[in-house]
Amino acid sequence: MASLKVYVISRLILSIPMIFILLTVVFVILRILPGDPVLAIVGMKASEEQIEKLREQLGLNKPLWAQYIDYVAGILRLDFGRSMIWGRRPVLREIMDRFPATLELSISAFIVSVLIGLATGIASSVKSGKVDVTLRVFSIVAYSLFIPLLGMLLQLIFGVYLRWLPVAGRKSPLVDIQTITGLYVLDSILTLNFRGLVTSIRYLILPSITLGIVLSGVYTRLVRSSMLDVLSRDFIRALKARGIPEAKILLEHALKNAFIPILTMMGLQFAILLAGAVLTETTFSWPGMGTFLMERIEYRDYTTVQGTIVFYAILVSFVSLAVDIVYALIDPRIRY
Amino acid sequence: MLAAILVKIYKKRKIDFLLTITGLAIVLFILFMALLAPYIAPYDPYISVDKALLPPSPKHIMGTDNLGRDVYSRILYGSRTVMIVVLTSTLVSLVVGSTLGLVSGYFGGKIDRVLSIVMDSLYSFPGLILAIAVAAMLGPGIVNTIVSISVVYIPTYFRMVRGQTLSVKNSLYVEAAIAMGASHKTILFDYIFPNVSVIIPVVFSMNVADAVLTEAGLSFLGLGVPAPIPDWGFDLKNGQRNLLAGYWWVSTFPGLMIVLLALGFSLLGEGLNELLNPERR
Repeated sequence: MASLKVYVISRLILSIPMIFILLTVVFVILRILPGDPVLAIVGMKASEEQIEKLREQLGLNKPLWAQYIDYVAGILRLDFGRSMIWGRRPVLREIMDRFPATLELSISAFIVSVLIGLATGIASSVKSGKVDVTLRVFSIVAYSLFIPLLGMLLQLIFGVYLRWLPVAGRKSPLVDIQTITGLYVLDSILTLNFRGLVTSIRYLILPSITLGIVLSGVYTRLVRSSMLDVLSRDFIRALKARGIPEAKILLEHALKNAFIPILTMMGLQFAILLAGAVLTETTFSWPGMGTFLMERIEYRDYTTVQGTIVFYAILVSFVSLAVDIVYALIDPRIRY
Repeated sequence: MLAAILVKIYKKRKIDFLLTITGLAIVLFILFMALLAPYIAPYDPYISVDKALLPPSPKHIMGTDNLGRDVYSRILYGSRTVMIVVLTSTLVSLVVGSTLGLVSGYFGGKIDRVLSIVMDSLYSFPGLILAIAVAAMLGPGIVNTIVSISVVYIPTYFRMVRGQTLSVKNSLYVEAAIAMGASHKTILFDYIFPNVSVIIPVVFSMNVADAVLTEAGLSFLGLGVPAPIPDWGFDLKNGQRNLLAGYWWVSTFPGLMIVLLALGFSLLGEGLNELLNPERR
């Protein structure tokens, strides 16, 4: 296991410059691009004095290099500044209020997409001909689906016509859920709150199916190709010759071996998942980071917008780090 | 040349051929819609022409929106906006990304290292969120939308072209050209680029499919082309407020157009990939 430790440590060290560069890129986008945040905040009619005051408040009157140092130092101290509206709360706290909602949506959408991807991918690797072609078309169509359209159609069918499921928000206003982790489903289980569990799952269904379907196409394709690859190997033929049932071979032996490329894809898909979550949240008024970001862009809350983008950047780096480590745990070849 | 490609695909696999043709047909269909919009649109897309929220009927085949504008006419004109924004921004990414990738990969050194790291980090960032950040800072406008979208796809071309350049750079025929005293320019554009350019159409087509969704996403979020310019993503958003009251047509038709166009380019990209990607042969 010593080599694993070395790998994890070196990967950790490597991710520091990566995060640093991402932060710099975000800085460049937010500060150096044309477009004056101060003017955008106070409007064109503001007096020279007002503009100067706000500039000073935001530290934008300093030279760029000093702004950059302030910015990086702030992030290192986990100080993302304060929001510019509504009580000027610390930005990081505001983000952490919203993050669990996005996490909950992402996890359940992820589960939906992997389940659909595994089912369709295995089916199309076993059955050739019509099934295979249909599923291949499915994977292309799923990739091309526009999340708000799919979401609205589901809202219309299951919310308006059938009246089965709620179309907006995270829980019924009539039910209280005591928050511990901020993930309502988990919190309801922890506090043995049955009504809370029901309402949070009901509200979660449509958004996670919407996002899950759109993400599933990639998995269908990947599961199919890596299953086909594994199924053509000798050990599968040996298992068949021994008379082991096909289902057992597929699910136990083939899938296990097909899993490494699938895992890699999960890491890559995370960025797409986050971007998709922004659209899903906006469609379903889901109170997560995506709706938060869009709301604050509208209010010209410059510090919060910057903080949220930085948070996304750090999140992406951490997940890629985590995936690499899990990857090394599963596949010993990576460590060397 | 196109015919030759099609025959080649047809011989190889019938299904791939069908998918490619479908994709091409969809793309051409929408391209013609965009070109002919002023001639085939029954109404002015900018003004109210009837009562608000009329359901589809022979007079308004896709109904009218909340301002009494003809949805069908707005879709026709919207295809212009979408095509212009999406194609321009992906072309900008292609030119900028490929040039940087070619030069960076060929000359190497410090600039190459810095550029690669920057491009890798941009690439790892969620595309739509990157576009949102840029668009939010630049403010509304067609040109700003184009810039926001092209930033997302530059790293794709950079990485691809740089990788190819590195693999071709040390081959024997390039060495021979250097030995014969060819200039950097000749080597770059006559020797290396032709080898790199084979895969560009595939990547381009797939990127356009993705860019259609990014453009629609930006407009849906209110950061794209400003109102009242007809745009599918914006019109979809505009219909959302009345959707739950049962006025499904205002959102659904523009939404379906977005999916159709993205699907067309995806299918086309898939087909081209089967043919042009050397790994698939």
